[in-house]
Amino acid sequence: MSTQFWTWIFVILTFGTYITIAWRSRVKDTKGFYVAGQGVPTVANGAAVAADWMSAASFLSMAGIIAFAGYDGSVYLMGWTGGYVLLALLLAPYLRKFGKYTVPDFVGDRYSDTARLVAVVAAIFVSFTYVVGQMRGVGVVFSRFLDTTVTVGIMVGMGIVLFYAVLGGMKGITWTQVAQYSVLIVAYLIPAFAIAGQLTGIPIPHVSFGRVMTELNAIQRELGFDEYSSPFVRNSQLNVFLITASLMIGTAGLPHVIVRFYTTRSVRAARWSAFWALFFIALLYTTAPAVGVFAKYNLLQTVAEQPRADMPAWFDGWEETGLLEHTDLNDDGIIQYTPDEATNELRIDNDIMVLATPEVAGLPGPVIGLVVAGGLAAALSTASGLLLVISSSVAHDFYYRRMRPDATEKQRLLVGRLTMAGAVVIAGYFGVNPPGFVAEVVALAFGLAAASFFPTIVLGIFWKRANAPGAVAGMATGLTLTAAYMVGVLYLGVEPIFGISPQGIGAIGALINFAVTIAVTRATPPPPEHLQQLVDSVRYPSGVDAVTPEEIGR
Amino acid sequence: MTEDAKRAYWRRNLRLMVALLSIWFVVSYLFGILLVETFNRIVINDFPLGFWFAQQGSIVAFVILIGIYAWRMDKLDEEFGVAEARHQRGGGR
Repeated sequence: MSTQFWTWIFVILTFGTYITIAWRSRVKDTKGFYVAGQGVPTVANGAAVAADWMSAASFLSMAGIIAFAGYDGSVYLMGWTGGYVLLALLLAPYLRKFGKYTVPDFVGDRYSDTARLVAVVAAIFVSFTYVVGQMRGVGVVFSRFLDTTVTVGIMVGMGIVLFYAVLGGMKGITWTQVAQYSVLIVAYLIPAFAIAGQLTGIPIPHVSFGRVMTELNAIQRELGFDEYSSPFVRNSQLNVFLITASLMIGTAGLPHVIVRFYTTRSVRAARWSAFWALFFIALLYTTAPAVGVFAKYNLLQTVAEQPRADMPAWFDGWEETGLLEHTDLNDDGIIQYTPDEATNELRIDNDIMVLATPEVAGLPGPVIGLVVAGGLAAALSTASGLLLVISSSVAHDFYYRRMRPDATEKQRLLVGRLTMAGAVVIAGYFGVNPPGFVAEVVALAFGLAAASFFPTIVLGIFWKRANAPGAVAGMATGLTLTAAYMVGVLYLGVEPIFGISPQGIGAIGALINFAVTIAVTRATPPPPEHLQQLVDSVRYPSGVDAVTPEEIGR
Repeated sequence: MTEDAKRAYWRRNLRLMVALLSIWFVVSYLFGILLVETFNRIVINDFPLGFWFAQQGSIVAFVILIGIYAWRMDKLDEEFGVAEARHQRGGGR
């Protein structure tokens, strides 16, 4: 049976599961819609965070980027996991104790309504930057494997998300994400273990990829490339440091990740949720470097210095999508792959590595179908989490908290559902007209999150003296300077300062935010007594009363 | 909860946090980035050690660090009587 047949089977099966789960977890109130009624068990919440977190970028692009960047790809591995340590130790338990619905809720209650507004704008800005990357992921998968146009693929994906996000809000999203995590992790691990066994006889990729890497180093030397494992080839040491830091701080500052810790049953559950989340994420993230090595080794073995006429069917398949390209510069019918632009004949897009690897390794059809379903699960689960943040920012933080505090529960839920549907449609538009490269666009969102939310929230918890003028000034300068540097270097041809890459500027932006918040706070009066009590109340899981007893201390 | 107990609880919390974050910094930024070339001279099971810390070791360490934090904080909450009531069915492992 053909690969495409298997792919359809897996896609239909998994999509059917998501719809069933969504129908069974539909909600009737805003608490269910925004924080799943705060009733999600710890391990399930961990799996949901992991699925929410691991996007099309993690699943489709990351191993590919690492395959081409070698050691320098470590920034993504450390950056996108190390942030959870910050999140678990500095944010999650306190925000859970605070116990409301969104990140702007905390910023607004802790500081002021102006700060809330800045936070709302930042949350929408960051989430939209990020959701764009997911849409392109869905498009790539559908066009290559299901013979549809990108537009049809995105319509189908959006239809599914629309159904479960509008119906079940956070509750529907959480439980579908648990299913999506299961699909994506199985889809990622099976080919990795199979290829590890095939190449080395030891079917545990984490143990055996060192040996393959030694051979890969030798092949790369022969072709004239730097060794795979040698550091600082593409990025300077300074940039590796700064990009890692930006991704870590950004991870801890991303609203769609933070908000997941509002959904647990208690402060204790929030801490353990963070543990399970990173545990589930680490299963994929420790496997990705092995996949990168295997993919590159197999590809170079099959393709480099081989006659074009001998290439297997997958080569033509990917060439049709334009993600793989061979231009026979010297007309010898052989594929030359070199570091020199003038003689290199092969161009490979990072995004295809994970999807192409099972085919390159000659794994059977069902495995390929499973990987496709996994890629879709990763993209859809992240998209839905982000859409919830966008919808709650508009419907809860803006409409309810600012415009219509007297809105009834029913009106609020309706506005929540409508903005959700609106956000899905806009995201779908970006999917059809995608700007740029999945992981790069996503990496910029991290810089923005790092420079805006993280310092403000951390100071709000750990420094009672931090006040509203400080927070507003800090967030605004951090966000503006970071965004300006990114736009300047990427689009306006501004010379990078000290060679700092736009991906690494978020760490500097966060430092600036910290410095500005502290300086402005010092120059202005301390916050009122009831806010200092609020800080006190979030620091202790129980036994310390908060200012708004009806919301906290349940 | 008395003011003294509150201060003591918070100080213990901060001390644990600083200790764990120091390890967090050492395994990733120090071993994996700043000293990577030095560590790469040691090769174990075909892995240069600096590279291994950057792509495997640091991630494993992060998981363990959060586990230790959640476990120690459970103990601390109980010791100071600020653990949440049972009916909240707070998580478990």
